[in-house]
Amino acid sequence: MKTRTSWRATLGAILSLALAGTAHAQLQLNGAGATFPYPIYSKWFNEYIKVDPAVRFNYQSIGSGGGIKQISEQTVDFGATDGPMSDEQLHAAPAPLLHFPTVLGAAVLTYNLQGVQTGLKFTPEAIAGIFLGKITKWNDAALTAANPGVSLPPSDIVLVHRSDGSGTSYIFTDYLSKVSKDWNNKVGKGTAVSWPVGLGGKGNEGVTGLVKQTPNSIGYVELIYALSNELPFGDVKNEAGTFVKPSLESVTAAAAGAVQSMPDDFRVSITNAPGADAYPISSFTWLLVYEKQKDPAKGKKLVEFIKWMLHDGQQYTAALHYAPLPKEVVAKEDQALRKITTADGKPLAE
Amino acid sequence: MTNPETPARAVEWPVPRAAAPRLARRLNLGDLIFRALTAGLALLIIAVLASILVVLIYESSVSIRTFGWGFLRSSAWDPVFKEFGALPFIYGTLVSSFLALLQAVPLSIGTALFLSELSPRWLRAPVSFLVELLATIPSVIFGLWGIFFLIPWVRSYLNPTLAATLGFLPFFQGPNYGVGMLTASMILAIMVVPYVTSVTYEVFAAVPSVQREAALALGATKWEMVRLAVLPYGRTGIIGAVMLGLGRAIGETMAVTMVIGNRAEISASLFAPGATMASVIANEFNEATYELYVQALVEIGLVLLIVTVIINALARLLVWSVAGPDANTRRG
Repeated sequence: MKTRTSWRATLGAILSLALAGTAHAQLQLNGAGATFPYPIYSKWFNEYIKVDPAVRFNYQSIGSGGGIKQISEQTVDFGATDGPMSDEQLHAAPAPLLHFPTVLGAAVLTYNLQGVQTGLKFTPEAIAGIFLGKITKWNDAALTAANPGVSLPPSDIVLVHRSDGSGTSYIFTDYLSKVSKDWNNKVGKGTAVSWPVGLGGKGNEGVTGLVKQTPNSIGYVELIYALSNELPFGDVKNEAGTFVKPSLESVTAAAAGAVQSMPDDFRVSITNAPGADAYPISSFTWLLVYEKQKDPAKGKKLVEFIKWMLHDGQQYTAALHYAPLPKEVVAKEDQALRKITTADGKPLAE
Repeated sequence: MTNPETPARAVEWPVPRAAAPRLARRLNLGDLIFRALTAGLALLIIAVLASILVVLIYESSVSIRTFGWGFLRSSAWDPVFKEFGALPFIYGTLVSSFLALLQAVPLSIGTALFLSELSPRWLRAPVSFLVELLATIPSVIFGLWGIFFLIPWVRSYLNPTLAATLGFLPFFQGPNYGVGMLTASMILAIMVVPYVTSVTYEVFAAVPSVQREAALALGATKWEMVRLAVLPYGRTGIIGAVMLGLGRAIGETMAVTMVIGNRAEISASLFAPGATMASVIANEFNEATYELYVQALVEIGLVLLIVTVIINALARLLVWSVAGPDANTRRG
């Protein structure tokens, strides 16, 4: 008798604890997409649980293409992409999708030249010439003219590009398409393109590995990657004519410079942005959210998260080497958040 | 000819038709279930294979309609201008795999012969264990080893030596990056060796000792004994082992993409970078942003499957021509 009573008491205690637990039921928001911002998104999701324990995020970094596909098929609550959706892709989605920039990224040129430190200067013509295969030697006039005082060897340039589709390639080819008509006509921009010359490395790691191993080579990698791995990288001449060193500040300056001409849907390329301090090979990365949210509870949580991300979330970017959004863009996005409504048109943002 | 090891049977075997009805009544429920279950499992495997084929064809139908047979002839791979062609990848897969076999098969047969004929008995177990261990290493590890060790070594020592000695051949001309078809084939060879070695070793070990002893009794040297008794007996087994290795080489993805240079071009030089069908799918599938692109990649997968089937069929024909249509490819 005694044991049965104590057994029942224990069971009762466990059940009531469990019920108490379920009173704080967690809402799960699923997202998928770009790999580039995955570290900062992870950090944000972890920090946001402290702000709002009722919501939990689950993000799969399957690539921008996957993110666009999944949000279009409505298998996730939000998508993430390094390249904005094209008009075709937006038409193919079942309902209007909104783009929200979250952080900034940049592509930098890293090289392996004996005796040459970080900070080699590149003009847009030089970069386009190298990647088109027209400039084949390091001591070509285009490079020596921009770098007086640096002794460049008469060796062949070994080019390394990305073999896999990636947002970094998108930023880089987008920039090249803007600064070189030849490139625009011959190659174009995309997450994967038909590179006229060069070896392909898989991922930022692959490109870095090849560049580090191959003398007289040059490749492009994410800024964050170059900073974390202390790779030498070059300064690039921007539209204003200054040679800008890639850094978190110069990337944010590019976004601030582009805000004047930014469309309301944020689907803009900020490569070759105006502004004296702007680093020309920069880009946003976006979250994709449906304008009309089917589930009002999830929609509300999503809007609250984006609002938090735009203000409090940006303080976590510097530690992870991501460039934060400039305040002009944040202000514009706050406005745009009001567009998100429930299925019957009631706005979800306060 | 009667085999002296088995006694003459009291009953004719196989059982003649007249006796069969008596036997049939002896089949019980358990046997029927067993039969149905095993037949079902066998059919399941065939169904999986058929489903793979059907899904690949269905998911690449748009690409097949758009490009037709030109897909197999075209060397373009331009996701921006939407032109796709599989020829450089087919070339890359076939060349890297066959080069790998060229390097792996002599090495494997030599190792297997050493293990079965020449090595001291105490050495057999450790060496064969180590060889089989090679097969369990994940391919990414091979890729990493390739990047940090093999590529610099090939660039600094092997390629210059080949260019200096055999540079008159078109295979050893052109710029030397370290990454390229040659390095990829070497990594593939290392990955293929354990498969071919372990199967070949088993085949040689299965050669009856009477055959060996007969050769030795006739006055053959060790090598002559191997050539007369062991190798012919194991011929079909060796071909089967090579088929197995080839299958691994054709499908290998990660290690190859880390060392082959990923350039969709056809070049006679072995120093030049290339790309294989498996590597392009692994590289580009994730970020393939529009339907035709995805379908073109699936079509490459379909071509890979068909190439694998054709090569296996050719190998099977080779086995039949050597040993007759009923030959089992694992035992002579």
